[in-house]
Amino acid sequence: MTAIPRIAHRAPLLRLLALARPMRGRLLVAALAGAATTAAGIALLGVSGFLIARAAEHPNVTALTIAVVAVRALGVGRGVLRYAERLISHDVAFRVMGDVRVRIYRALARIAPAGLRDLRSGDLLTRLVADVDTTQDLFVRGVLPPAAAALAGGAAVGACAFLLAPAAGALAAGLLAAGAVVPLCSVVIARRAAQRAAAARGRLTTLVVDAFSGAPDLIAFGAAERALASVAAADRELTRQTRRNAFALALGSGLCTAVTGLTVWAVLLLGVAAVEDGDLGRVPLAVLALTALAAFEAVAPLPAAAARLAETGSSARRITGVLDAPDPVREPSRPLPPPDRPVTVRLRGVRARYGPDEPWALDGVDLDLEPGRRVALVGPSGAGKSTVAALLLRFLDAQAGTITLNGRDLTAYAADDVRAVIGGCPQDPHVFDSTLRENLRLARPGADEADLRAAADAARLLPWIESLPQGWDTPVGAHGARVSGGERQRLALARALLADPALLILDEPTAHLDPPTRVALTTDLLRATRGRTTLLITHDLAGLDAVDEIVVLDRGRVVQRGTHAALLRQDGLYRRLWAEQHNPWEDRPGEEQSASRSS
Amino acid sequence: MKPLDPRLLRHARAARAFLAAAVAFGLVTTGLVVAQAVLLARILAGAFDGQGVAALTSAFALLLAVAAGRALAEYGGEAMALRAAGAVKSRLRLMLVEHVLRSGPGAVRPGEAATLATRGLDALDPYFARYLPQLVLACLTPTAVLAVVAGADLLSAIVIAATVPLIPVFMILVGLHTKARTERQWTLLERLGGHFLDVVQGLPTLKVFGRARAQAAVIREVTAGHRRATLRTLRVAFLSALVLELLSTLAVALVAVEVGLRLLGGGMPYETALLVLLLAPEAYLPLRNVGAQFHASMEGVTAAGRVFEVLESGPSEPPARPVAAPGIDDARVSLDRVTVRYPGRDRPALSDVSLEVEPGERLVVVGPSGAGKSTLLAVLLRLVEPTEGRTGFGHVPAEQWRRRVAWVPQDPYLFAGSVADNIRLGDPDASDDAVRRAARLAGADEFIRRLPDGYDTPIGERGSRLSSGQRQRIALARAFLRDAPLLLLDEPTAHLDGESAAAVRAAVERLMEGRTVVLVTHDHSWTRGADRVAEIDGGRLTVHRPLAVAS
Repeated sequence: MTAIPRIAHRAPLLRLLALARPMRGRLLVAALAGAATTAAGIALLGVSGFLIARAAEHPNVTALTIAVVAVRALGVGRGVLRYAERLISHDVAFRVMGDVRVRIYRALARIAPAGLRDLRSGDLLTRLVADVDTTQDLFVRGVLPPAAAALAGGAAVGACAFLLAPAAGALAAGLLAAGAVVPLCSVVIARRAAQRAAAARGRLTTLVVDAFSGAPDLIAFGAAERALASVAAADRELTRQTRRNAFALALGSGLCTAVTGLTVWAVLLLGVAAVEDGDLGRVPLAVLALTALAAFEAVAPLPAAAARLAETGSSARRITGVLDAPDPVREPSRPLPPPDRPVTVRLRGVRARYGPDEPWALDGVDLDLEPGRRVALVGPSGAGKSTVAALLLRFLDAQAGTITLNGRDLTAYAADDVRAVIGGCPQDPHVFDSTLRENLRLARPGADEADLRAAADAARLLPWIESLPQGWDTPVGAHGARVSGGERQRLALARALLADPALLILDEPTAHLDPPTRVALTTDLLRATRGRTTLLITHDLAGLDAVDEIVVLDRGRVVQRGTHAALLRQDGLYRRLWAEQHNPWEDRPGEEQSASRSS
Repeated sequence: MKPLDPRLLRHARAARAFLAAAVAFGLVTTGLVVAQAVLLARILAGAFDGQGVAALTSAFALLLAVAAGRALAEYGGEAMALRAAGAVKSRLRLMLVEHVLRSGPGAVRPGEAATLATRGLDALDPYFARYLPQLVLACLTPTAVLAVVAGADLLSAIVIAATVPLIPVFMILVGLHTKARTERQWTLLERLGGHFLDVVQGLPTLKVFGRARAQAAVIREVTAGHRRATLRTLRVAFLSALVLELLSTLAVALVAVEVGLRLLGGGMPYETALLVLLLAPEAYLPLRNVGAQFHASMEGVTAAGRVFEVLESGPSEPPARPVAAPGIDDARVSLDRVTVRYPGRDRPALSDVSLEVEPGERLVVVGPSGAGKSTLLAVLLRLVEPTEGRTGFGHVPAEQWRRRVAWVPQDPYLFAGSVADNIRLGDPDASDDAVRRAARLAGADEFIRRLPDGYDTPIGERGSRLSSGQRQRIALARAFLRDAPLLLLDEPTAHLDGESAAAVRAAVERLMEGRTVVLVTHDHSWTRGADRVAEIDGGRLTVHRPLAVAS
C-alpha cells in the first residue's frame, strides 16, 4: 500500500503522514484491529466451508466440534472486533489531530500576523483550520483501511498458500489488482476527468456566484434573463462533460467486479484441477474456494481510501506551506536584557514592505515617540499607518533604516520583551468566544477585580457591564457576535489599558463605527490616554487638537507634521482630509444657499 | 430523513427515468448473484463427487459469463447513475438560479446559495451512484435469495427470514436511542471544535499581549477534551453498527452450523448445503452497504431538500409579459400607505408610508441604519412587493418599470468580466464611445485608463481589486449609461475615505441633474441639495422641507 502516496504531491502528503509518527504504536493497534475484523469475516466463510464439506463426508460428530465452536465464535467476534476497531481508530485519529493542531498553531503563532496576510482574505484561514481537522479523516478513512486490508489480505493468501500454492498466487494477484491497481487508476481517471471539466466548472461557479450575489443589480437593470441564459449555457457545457466522463469514472467499479469474478473463477479452476490430480483434498477445495470468495471483502473499502488520499493532497500542501513559511522577523541569538520603562522609540529613514515583490509600505519614515507624549499618525487608507504599528510590535522587520528603543536597536531585543513594553490594540481586535471577564483578563492574567474594574471604567465600559444580567460573566459569543461594534472597541481599549504598556499603540480604534459612537469613543480614549506615551493611528481626524504631535503619512512617506492648529493653517493633505470629513455644508449652514434647488 | 425525496422525482424527469433503470439493473444483478452461487455450488459439489474440469466445462464457462455479466452490470449501472446525477443537478441548479433571478435572493444568503448550487449539489453523485442502487438491491436481493433458499431448504430460509428484518428494525431502534444522546452532545462538540479556529483567528491579539505561547497547551487540552467527549458519543453511536454486524455474521454462522449438522445426519445433499451457505451472506450484504452509505448519501438529500426549500420560499413572480402600460410617461413616484413585513420579523420594515415625488424633484431620505431606508428603495425597485397599501406603479409590469429606473446601490456588485462589460450592465447594446462617456461623467475614466488593460481589464471575483470609491464610480457609470428618468441612490458615499468621497460626490451631483431622484443616506450633508427631505425611523417616514431652508 506504500504505492498510494505516489499519486501526486508526494512530499506534502508524506510529511503530513509523518506528523503522526509519535502515534505509530496506537496506529498499529488500530490497523491490527481492522485486519482482525476483516480476517474474522474471511475465516467465518472459510471455516464454514470446512464444516459443510467435512460434514458431507459423514464423520463422527466430534470431528466437527471445533469447527462448530469456531464458526460461532467468529460470528460473534467479528462484530465485537469491528466495534473495538472503530473506537480505537477514532481515538488515535483525534490524538493525531491534536498533535497537528498544536504544531500548526505554533507555526502560525511564529508567523502571525505579517506571515498571515495571504490568509486574511476570504475564508482562507477558516479553510486552513478545516484542513487540519481533515487529518483525522485521513487516518480513519485513508490510511488505516489499506493497512488493515494488506494485513488481512496477506493472511488470506498465506492460508491459501498452505492449501494450493498456484491458487494462492492467483488470489494474491487478484487482490492486488482490485485493491491497489484499479483504485489508483480510478483516482487518475477521476482526476483527468475533473481537469477536463475544470474550466467548465469554474466558469459555471463564477456565473452562479455572480447571479446570486449580484441578483439585485441584475434585476434592477433588467439583465436577469441574460444572466440566466449564460448560466444555462455554462451548465449545458458542464453537463455535457459529465456525461462524457461518466463512463470513464464507472470503469473502476466495473473492473473491480470483473477482477473479483475472474480470480474466484481461476482459483476454482486451479483447485478442481488439483483435486483431479490428487494434489488437493475435497474438503480443502471448499475451504480454498470460499476463502478466495470472502477475501475480496478486505479490498472493498480501498477505492474510497485511494480517493481520500488523493483529495488530501491539496490540504497537505496548504498545511506544509504554513509549517515551512519563513519567519517574518529575525530574533537575535543573544538578546539584550528586557528594556526599562519609560521607553523612547526613534525611527530613522525606515523602509518596509511585506514581500520582495510588493510595493514599499513605508518609504523613508522618521518618527520620535518620547515618554509622556501622544502622537497621532494619520493619512488616507493605504498610507502605511498600520505598517508602523507592525514594526513597533515586532510583527515585521524594516528592510532599511533604523528603529531604536531606549537608544538600542529594536531587533536586538527578544520580540516578546519588546511586546511587553510596546502594546495596545491591534487593528480589528479579536474578541474571543468566552466571557467579558476572560476577554479582558487576557491582557494581564494576574489582574485582580479592582484592576479589571479600573480598566473597564477608563474605557467607559463599566456601566454597561454592570447593567448586564450576567455582568462580567456575560458570554460574548463567537467573534463577539453578542456585543456591538462600539462595545467591542471599548473592550479592546480596556484590554490595552489593563496591559499598561510603556508605549501604547491604538490602531484605528474607531474603525467601523457610526459617527456618534465614533465621537464618543474618541473623546473617551483621549481622556484615558492623557499623560501616557501613546501612538494613535487613525484616519478619523476628530479630536486631534488634544495630541502633542500629528504626523501625516501618504504613500509611505511623512508629508506633514505639527499640531492640529499648525497643520490646519498650512495648505496640504491634512487640511484637505479635514475639509472632507467636516463637510462645509454641515459646518457653514446658510452659505451657498442660493445654489439650493428648493422652491 | 426520507431516503428518497418525492419532490426530487416530481421536479426531475431524469430522476424518474433513473429509478426505473436502477430497478432493472438491480434485477439483473440479483439474478447474476443467485446464478453465481448456484454455479459455485454445482462445481464444488461436482468436484466433491470426483468430477474433473472436463466434466464441469459448461459450469465453468457459465461462471465466467456470470462474472462478465456482473462486471458489465456494475459498470453500466454506475455510468448511468452518474449521468442521471448530472442531469438532475443541472435541473435543480437552473431552477434555483432562475428562482433567485426572478424574485430576488429573499431569505437566502447569496454565498450559501452559490455553494449549494455548485459544490452542494455534487453530493447527489454518491447518492445516485451508490446509495439509490444499493437501496434497490436491499429490497430485491434478500427477497430473491430468500425465495431460492426456501426452494432448497425451508429451515435455513426461516432463519434468514427471521433475522433479515431485524436489521432495519434494530437500526431504527438503536438510531432513535442514540439520536437524543448524540444531539445533546452535539452542541458541546461544536463549541470545542470551534475553539481552535477562534484562537487562530485571534492570534495577533494574543501575540500583542504575550499570550500566544501559553495557548498551545490550552489547544492540546481542549482537543483532548473534545476527543473524550466525542468518544463518549461514538461508544453509543457505533452500537448500531455493532448490532448490524452481529446480526448478519451470527445469522450466517447459525445457518452454517445448522446446515452442517443436518448434512452430517444425511438429511440434505452437499450441493444444497453449499448453495445455502453461499447465498446466506448475500441476503445481508446489501442491507449493510445501505447502512454504510446512509450518512454520506444523506448529504445529497439534504442539498436537494435545501434547494426545494428555497424554491418554495418567497413569491415566485411569473415572468413579465410586455403589456402596454399606461401612466408611466413621467417618472412620478407615489406610495399610498405602504407597509412591508418580512416573514419572521415582528416589526414591519416599512409602516404606513405615503409619498409623492414629482418628476424632476430631488428627495433625500435620512435615517439611522435599520430604519427601513433599503426597504423603501427595494419597494421602488420592485424587488419587494408591499404587504399592504398601493403604489402608483403597481399596475406596470416590474420589468417595464425598471427600464425607467437607474440604481446606484450602497455596495455595487462587480461581475466577472471586463470593466466595460460591467458598465454595460446599464445598457447592453451601448457603443464603446457611450461607455467611455458614461465613465468620464462618473469620474471613472481616469482610473480605468490606468488599469493594466484599460477598459478591457478583467474585474470581479477573480480580477483586479478595485477600491470602494472606484466600485462606486463604476456603479455611477452604469447609471449614466442607463440614462433613466428616475434615479435611486443608496448611501453613495458611505465607507469612502476623503478623496474618493469628494470624487463620488461630484459625480453624483452631475448624475442627479435633470432627473427625479430618491437618495437614502444617514449622512445629513446630502440634504443640502434636496428639494425635500424625509426622515425615516423605525419604518415610519416623515417628509420635511430641506433642513437648511427650514431653519
